[in-house]
Amino acid sequence: MDNSKTIRDRILHILRGNARLTDEQIAAMLGVTAQAVGEEIAELEKEGILVGFTAIINEEAYDKNAVTAIVELKVSPQMENGYNAIANKIAQNRQVVSVQLMSGGFDLAVTVKGENLREVAMFVSDHLAVMDGVLSTATHFILKRFKEKDTLFPVDADDERSLVSP
Amino acid sequence: MINYDKILSEKVKSIQFSGIRKFFDIAATMDNVISLSVGEPDFKTPWAIRRKAILSLETGHTRYSSNSGMVELRVEACKYMQNLLGVSYDPNNEIVVTVGGSEAIDIAIRALVNDGDEVLVPEPSFVCYAPLVELAGGVAVPIITKVEDNFKLTPKALKAAITPKTKALILPFPNNPTGAVMRRDELEEIAEILRGTEIMAISDEIYAELTYSDGGEDLKKHVSIASLDGMRERTILINGFSKAFAMTGWRLGWVAGPEPILTQILKIHQYAIMCSPTTSQYAAITALSSPEVRRDVDYMVNEYDMRRRLCVKSFNDMGLNCFNPEGAFYVFPCIKSTGLTSEEFCERLIKSKRVAVVPGTAFGKSGEGFVRVSYAYSLKHLTDAFARIEEFLREIK
Repeated sequence: MDNSKTIRDRILHILRGNARLTDEQIAAMLGVTAQAVGEEIAELEKEGILVGFTAIINEEAYDKNAVTAIVELKVSPQMENGYNAIANKIAQNRQVVSVQLMSGGFDLAVTVKGENLREVAMFVSDHLAVMDGVLSTATHFILKRFKEKDTLFPVDADDERSLVSP
Repeated sequence: MINYDKILSEKVKSIQFSGIRKFFDIAATMDNVISLSVGEPDFKTPWAIRRKAILSLETGHTRYSSNSGMVELRVEACKYMQNLLGVSYDPNNEIVVTVGGSEAIDIAIRALVNDGDEVLVPEPSFVCYAPLVELAGGVAVPIITKVEDNFKLTPKALKAAITPKTKALILPFPNNPTGAVMRRDELEEIAEILRGTEIMAISDEIYAELTYSDGGEDLKKHVSIASLDGMRERTILINGFSKAFAMTGWRLGWVAGPEPILTQILKIHQYAIMCSPTTSQYAAITALSSPEVRRDVDYMVNEYDMRRRLCVKSFNDMGLNCFNPEGAFYVFPCIKSTGLTSEEFCERLIKSKRVAVVPGTAFGKSGEGFVRVSYAYSLKHLTDAFARIEEFLREIK
């Protein structure tokens, strides 16, 4: 066990890889009590560090028509509020999966999901592009996923080990 | 028609295929099997190692190396043993780079054994020792290790097995399949018995990096018997890249020991193998010398340790008593409470729930009542398999 890491580091490390483990299982892995794990997770949630538990879904494999796009947005920041107001406004939309403020050639990276290509394209043109403060958009469609959240797609497909070996 | 049975070597005919292989044949006929049966890491070989191999191919380094292996690799391996184990070997004449730990075990045994010599083999243990001893004309004498001794070799059991014909003692720790390790004080008791004799220890330390402890960092570290007073001269040390560096398919290991023995070992290696694969040797230099690889190894060890704890708890919770292993990547739960033999348990488990674990008996008769479960798998894979095993246990009650 790597003792340079705190229990908090270790819990987050485990949860990043697999959030379906029970407190008891995590406790066994770390050699602590389930109560200690429960308390640490509660504290992480209280501090807004651990924000949620969600599934990793290969969306294109689930629905052949489904489309996800990453939209690069250039926006004009506002006095006092900076990018927060517009970023929050964009994040409110059901079609928006994630919003991040970026360094470099554009300002906001917005991930948009829709049932088909048209739905995503129309959302960008009718909602994002026309929003006050949005200067330009560049839309990139995701063609295939190879890895998300530390998880390779498709899972286990390339375990070429024998079923049984010495 | 040639009567093959008549022309073949009696010695070769008398040895059996490994029990693991037999079980593999059953598993291979089935679909959707969740296997907990592999003896190799789930991690891929660290990228820095693979990159070095590719580079060596691109630049055309594809010739034979010297028989004992590339000088740079021997130097690195000796440094590694010095750092990890505190034992020093001369890279010029006290080490041979082999085709995996397996070749190292074979040629170490062959270099020592005369017809009728006895070699002590603690059991349960890896499948190759007894057959290789027999092929060399020796007699393999099992020493049973017991769960109540935490599957360690006890001085009492060792003393009872020694006869005037005893040539060598295999020390298979950290142990496959039990996960048992020998701590310094326990090895000291073994060394004390060997010191007054001419019995050689063949210490198979392929899992030396994969050791764990629930009692602090100091305890965690593997101890080699070669590092104890007076033991370097009576130890042949075997190590390799397969387990710690996730390099099973590269087939590379080494054997180190006193020069008079290594000189003889080198002769066998020279005629049987010529030299170990050069591409693998280039890769292995990086494995031992790169700080990036060191971090990768530390990461893997930490992951194994967490899985180990989860496995022990899960089996104990299911009612299958699980000895707390401190090495390798296996747990060895006891299945006696089910009333089934190890083979029955494994066959019924794979037939009804499609989960493959290896019967303890594949590692010697003393493995009866136990099964080997590998945790070289992702947490999801492990927890899915545990759920199926739990269901199985409920159904056979």
